[in-house]
Order: sequence, then structure tokens, then C-alpha cells
Amino acid sequence: MTENSGEQTSTTAGEPTEPQPLLAAPADTVPGEVVLRLTDVVKTFPGVRALDGVQLEVRAGEVHCLLGQNGAGKSTLIKVLSGAHQPDSGQVEWLGEPTTFANPQAAMKAGIATIYQELDLVDDLSVAENAFLGHEPRTLGFVRRGYMARRTREILGRLGHAEIPPRRMVRSLPAAGKQVVSMARALSHDARLIIMDEPSAVLAHDEVGNLFRIIRELTAQGIAVIYISHRMEEIREIGDRVTVLKDGRTTAADLPARTTPTRDLVSRMTGRTIEYVFPDRPTAEPEHSELLRVRELSREGEFADVSLTVHSGEIVGIAGLVGSGRSELLETIFGARRAEAGTVSMAGRTLRPGSVGAAVRAGLGMAPEERKSQALLLGEPIYRNVTLATFSRWARLGFTNAGRERSEAEAVADRLDLRPRDVRRPVRTLSGGNQQKVVVGRWLLGDTKLLLLDEPTRGVDVGARAELYQVIRALAAQGVGVLLVSSEVPEVLGLADRVLVMREGRVVREAPAGELDEDTVLDLVMAGSLMEGAPA
Amino acid sequence: MSERTETAVPAGTAPSEGLPAQSSPVSPAPAGAGHGDPGVGKTSGPGGLWSGDAAESIRRNLGLVGVLVALIVIGVITRPDLYGNMNWVGDNIMSILTLASVVGVVTVGMTFVIIGGGIDLSVGAIVAIAGVWSTTVATQKFGAAGMIFTAVVVATCVGLINGLLISYGRLVPFIATLAMLVAARGLAAEISDKQTQVSGNETINSIASNRILGIPLLVYILAAVVAAGWVLLNRTTFGRRTVAVGGNPEAARLAGINVKRHTLLLYALSGLCCGIAAVMLTAQANSAQAAMANLYELDAIAAAIIGGTLLSGGRGTIIGSLLGVIIFATITNLFAINGLSTEAQNMVKGGIIVAAVLVQQFRFKSVTQLFARNRLTSKS
Repeated sequence: MTENSGEQTSTTAGEPTEPQPLLAAPADTVPGEVVLRLTDVVKTFPGVRALDGVQLEVRAGEVHCLLGQNGAGKSTLIKVLSGAHQPDSGQVEWLGEPTTFANPQAAMKAGIATIYQELDLVDDLSVAENAFLGHEPRTLGFVRRGYMARRTREILGRLGHAEIPPRRMVRSLPAAGKQVVSMARALSHDARLIIMDEPSAVLAHDEVGNLFRIIRELTAQGIAVIYISHRMEEIREIGDRVTVLKDGRTTAADLPARTTPTRDLVSRMTGRTIEYVFPDRPTAEPEHSELLRVRELSREGEFADVSLTVHSGEIVGIAGLVGSGRSELLETIFGARRAEAGTVSMAGRTLRPGSVGAAVRAGLGMAPEERKSQALLLGEPIYRNVTLATFSRWARLGFTNAGRERSEAEAVADRLDLRPRDVRRPVRTLSGGNQQKVVVGRWLLGDTKLLLLDEPTRGVDVGARAELYQVIRALAAQGVGVLLVSSEVPEVLGLADRVLVMREGRVVREAPAGELDEDTVLDLVMAGSLMEGAPA
Repeated sequence: MSERTETAVPAGTAPSEGLPAQSSPVSPAPAGAGHGDPGVGKTSGPGGLWSGDAAESIRRNLGLVGVLVALIVIGVITRPDLYGNMNWVGDNIMSILTLASVVGVVTVGMTFVIIGGGIDLSVGAIVAIAGVWSTTVATQKFGAAGMIFTAVVVATCVGLINGLLISYGRLVPFIATLAMLVAARGLAAEISDKQTQVSGNETINSIASNRILGIPLLVYILAAVVAAGWVLLNRTTFGRRTVAVGGNPEAARLAGINVKRHTLLLYALSGLCCGIAAVMLTAQANSAQAAMANLYELDAIAAAIIGGTLLSGGRGTIIGSLLGVIIFATITNLFAINGLSTEAQNMVKGGIIVAAVLVQQFRFKSVTQLFARNRLTSKS
């Protein structure tokens, strides 16, 4: 540090010199010209088709918004664009040339920079060192620290943040400051396309305005921005065009960001791209007894004052978008998160908060949102996954009863029409729909009285969906209560007896499914400004 | 468990250096696949793939036996006078197994900890503290039973402290057990006043010298611990929880398994194994000191890794770990009878560890890649 101090003072003394062509739009980029075009891009991972025909066209100087649910393929798409993944088929055209980026460095060099949601900065390096990480200006192998600091200061000035000292440790900056450093890094590469993955998620409300100001400055210089956000208001404010992804496919491209009705966008994101086949509702209403009662449950920043009941034999659906607090609510009811206020009781008995074991003993079961990371032991055989919550009940003196486990698992496999039927196969080799059957099937064993289902049909093909619906109905017919979360409104309306609509962590409407239609629910789900009071 | 169900896999493919994943689709589908109707499931790959991870363990273990055979062949070539001499071979096998016994017992505990997603760097230090504590003048007054009791209880308690720090104190296992490594050796030096404590107890000392039916008692102890470990891992709820907790802690938690308590128990189990090992080592040396069992943690981790235990948790076998320990003991034996230095021996050991992990990665990769390819072709 010290050896450069003289140089540093000399530069700080002078006002930021006249704008240098650091990040000016390269002369060959005409505003409005297509810089990036994706045609039929496909990317497959074992067991999942993450991208299944993506079309995308981004023009110089525009903010192109990418909309889609969790799991729609946005993250994979970003990774393809940033060189972390290579597409299996389809074409990526960059500045008119068909390209594949072998690695992130290649994409960077070509002028595509990505700002990830979890900012990938090195906390213990300075602002300047982060901005130029991996391409530090050098002389004979020595980093030109003074020059690097100077250029960083210039870039920060262009971003409207000349107050950030280039030699400050990144650790000491607030989230908004770190984001500025990420952008400075993108600009240090002379990026012509900057991908921003939910940049507003880490920012406080008033910092978002500043972010938008920066984005406008960038686009004015001909830089294209791909902007990803779940917040509709932001898309309205900053976006030029919108492309919507669902299940790895482009369902709508190049919609005008300001004028397309919210409902259109949401329905393309969540809406029916497949036929829903719901089993008929039972005609006679059976006598219900109250099973689950949730009273004024709250968790800071996730959901607040949620009260609900589920009766035996009843399917209660929660409609809401990502970020509405629905998954967090389910996990809290199940004891996987500890409630900060409020109670959960089963059949009149209050559950110990924050204890999954207590919930399971009380007869709760949960199929979590992320099958692979939250529910399955992928390398273990099917039957051991099915019996994961129950194997100790059949054990004698601590010895497992493999025969009993296999026969119980086979009975479940028969009931759910699991394919393939051999329960000794590793669960890894099953399709998404059959993996989900394994997760749901786990709670058919033992004495589950109430089933919590979080997005039970995500990544599940049409046939398996219909089968899962049948299974859920059949369970309810046997007196099991079901609390179902789904971002697909038709699914909630078609399956549930009673529907709760959640927005920004609160229940905004509760009604029998028969009294609601898709449009009403979509309006409720999206209503109001999503930026106001959105969980920070 | 796997040993039972996967015997249909052709044994011939196992020790070969070729791609196991490529050979498996050709192999006839085991009988169990008959009612699976492989054509129905969208993702069902060729029949051979189903054999999956369990069969992979068998292949690995057979591969380790192959390495062992190769080592013996080297022995026969370099010292035909000894390795070719049938009268001597029996004795030599016993000396290899005796050499393997103490580390073997420690490795069983280590295998559980690693399968459960952790690591225990403090095992050598736990052996030392247990050995020293059980040979103090005060403890020796209580006789052999008192000494054994002390060693086992002290070691288990130290393991419990590790477990508490890791599960409820949320320390990273590496850090917690590294701290324990330093602290326990320090305490052992403190108690023993840096002196070698001679064990005056003949019963204890005879554990190392006694033989039953010509086989050293130490080898019986190893066999008993390995058998108990195998049963515990493959036949009990404890073993099942270990695999679940190491393989996917979140899934285990959401299935109602008490992950923290189980993690605690895993480290206590590792400590218990160290206590048994401390008695064995004390008996061998007729004494205990603070520097005993030096670097056992590295031997035990290396043996488990060579034996196919995934360092990231969720998979591993007791038999594989045992084979790993025996391979190391055989190498030591080979070098000793050929009059080679321990330095050269350490270099070879290091090379074997690297080779084992490379093979592991290569196989794992080839299986998943093959699977990905099949998905693509079946779709298009």
C-alpha cells in the first residue's frame, strides 16, 4: 500500500479527468442492433432437461427482462451465456457470429459480464483488486496498483459512485456498494452485455433507484442488459422488452415491458402449457374434523400473521408467487424453521416449534420444494428413500428390517404406479415425476395425517402430474388433510377445496375454490406494487 | 447389504483397469431387474446401470483385493525365499494383520464419521490421552478391568466433546477435531509429565502376546470390531441414519431424523474405537506415552479413502476400509522384508492414496457421463 501512497494522493487531488473511452460503446455497436441471439438452445443434465428450446434476442442499449419461476431455466441460461455451461444443441449468436464460450473467461473476453445474485466478490481484496480480478494491469508480472486504482476510480465515477475508495476492502462495503463493485468489474472488461441476476434482491428500497440510474447510464452507452427479477414493478420501470421462460422453454419473447398486462406475463410464466387433468371432487362433503390449526404465525421478512386451518380429508391450496412466503410458511409449520411468533397445533395439541421430529410424530409429512437437495438420497435405492422417515418404526432393537421395508416400499410403488417398479434401483435413475412419487410415497407409510406439499408437480411430466393429482385426491378421500403450495394457479384451483392467496408474506384472500377463478387469483397474487413492502 | 444383492455382477470385470461403466451395460441384467420393465420408465438406462452404487462398492472392493494380490506377487518376486515359503507365510499374514489391528480399529470409527459427512483429525490424540490416562499409577491400582474401563470411557468422552462442539456448537469438523488433536496431546503430556508410563499389569500386556488357535488376540479384536462395525452400518437404524445424514443432511432432517444428535453419536463412536485401540497399543508397547499413535489420523483417513469412502459423505464400506488398512500394512511389511527405508515406503503410500482417489473420480465421472449420454439418446 505505502509504496503507492504518493501516486494516490496525486490522483485524488485532481478531479476525475475527462471521460476516457473506458466503457464507451464500441463504435461498431449501433443502438438497437441485435447483439445476442439464441435459437433453440437445449441443455440437459442427468435426469432433467434444464433448457428445452430457448429463444432469446437482445439488442444493444436495451434492458431485456427475463421472467420465469424458480426452475424455469433462468439460472442455466445465465450459465450458458456466461460460459459456465455449454449448450447441447441450438445456436448462440454473439455480435452476428455463431459462438460457444468454452469457459467463463472466454465469455468475459467476448464482452459478456454476469453479476450474480450472491455477489462473487472476494471479501478480503480491495475494491480495485476485485474490479480487475483475473486481468490486473501488469508490468513484468508486477501489478500496476496505482494505475489499477486510478482506472477503478474512473469506472466508479462513471457509475456515479466516485465516493467509494478503490483501496477499501470489499468486506467493509454494504450490499449496494458490493453490487457497484460487481458492475465495475463488468465495465473493466469493456462488457457489451451485462447479465444481472436479481440485482434488487440484496438491495434496500431506496438503493434500487440508484441501481436503475446506473442501468440507464449503461444502456445509454449502448450496453445491453439482461435483467432478471421477480418484481413486476421493476420490470415495468426499467425494462424495454420481456422474454418469459417456463420449464426450460421460451413461452413468450420480446413483449413490450411497459404495456404488456401483468396477467399476461404471469400466465405465461405459470399458466397452462399442458392439459390439466384433475380428478373429480367427491360429491358428498364428508364430516370434517379440524386437524391443523396455525395461529398468527410470523417470521421476520418471510411471512406475518398467517392463520389457517386444515380439516381431515380436506385439500387446502396456497396460491402465491415466489417470494410470497409460501414455502417458508410450509417449512415453519413442519418445524424446519422456527416460528418467531404464533403457534402450530395438530388435533388440538400445540407442536414444539422448530422440531421436525415432533411434527413427524404428530402425523405431519412434507414433500419439500427442492426434491434433490431437500428430500432424496440420490445414490440410495428407492426403497430406502421411501422408508427414510419410517425405517426406525419397523426396526427391532435397532436392527432394520430390510424385508419389511422392501415390501412396504413395493406396496407404495404399486399404489403410485412407480416406474420402474424395482425398488432396489438407485433413485437417481428415476425421472422427475417418479422421484416426486418417491417423496410423496414416503408419507404414505406410517400414520401421516397431514401432508404438506410444496410445488408437488414442478418438473413433472404431464402423465405423472395426472397420477400425482389422483394420489393426492385419494389420500384426502382417506381422511388425510393436505396443504398444497403451487405457483400454478390452475393447479391450486383444480385440486384444492379451499384456497388461500398469499402475497408478500400475508394471506390476502381465503375462499372455497369454487368461488374463485384464475383471473381473480392472478389479480390478487399480483395486485399492488410489488416493490412496496416486498421482503427485503 | 450390497454384498448380498449384487452378486450377479460378473466378478471378472471388477479388478480390471477398464471402464466399469462401459462393461456394465453389456453384462446381463441381474435377475432382480426382471419385473422392472426397463422399457417403461423414461429415464431407465440400460439394465447394467441400475446396479448402481451398491455394485460399484463391490467392484471397488474386488479391485482392492486385486491390489493386495499384486502386492503379494511383488513379495513373491522380490523375496521368493520368504513369500514363497509356505511355513513362513502363515506367520507373515499374522504379523501383517497384527500390524493392521490397531489402526484398523481406529479406521472403523473414522469410516462412520466420514460416511456421516464429517472428519475426525483427533483420533491419534484420543488414543494417546486414553492410553496415558489408563496407565497412571492411580488407574493401574484398579487392575486390568479398571484400565480398560478408563481408556474406553475417557476416549468416548473426548469423542463426545468433539461431537458437541460440531453438532451443537456448529464448529466445522476439521477445526473442532484439529483443536482437539492439539489439546488432547497436550493433556496427555501433562498427565504423563512427558514420561513413558510402563504398564505393570500382566493381563493388559498379555493382550498383545496371547494367541488363540495360533492367531493373535489383537487380530480377534480387530475382527470383532470390524464385524460389529459392518453390522452397525448395514443392519441397524444407526447405520441407516449415518448414510442419510452424510448423504443429504437436509433430506434427513426433513424426514424427522435428529441430525445433530446423530452427528454427536458418530464422534462418540469414533472416540470409543480409539479407546479400544488405546488398550491394544498399550498392550503392544507395555507402556503408554503422550506421543503414542502419532499420525494415526492420517493412516485412518487414508485407509478409509482408499477403501472407497466418499470424503463428502454418504457412501462407504467397512470392508473397503479394512482392505485399505491391510494394504497399507502389507506395503510396510514388503518394505521391511526387502530392507527398504520407511522414507521410500511413505512415498509409495502417498502415491497409492493419490492413485486411489484418481480412480474413484474417474469411475464416478464415467458413470454419470454415460448416464447423461443415455438420457440424450433416449430422448431424441
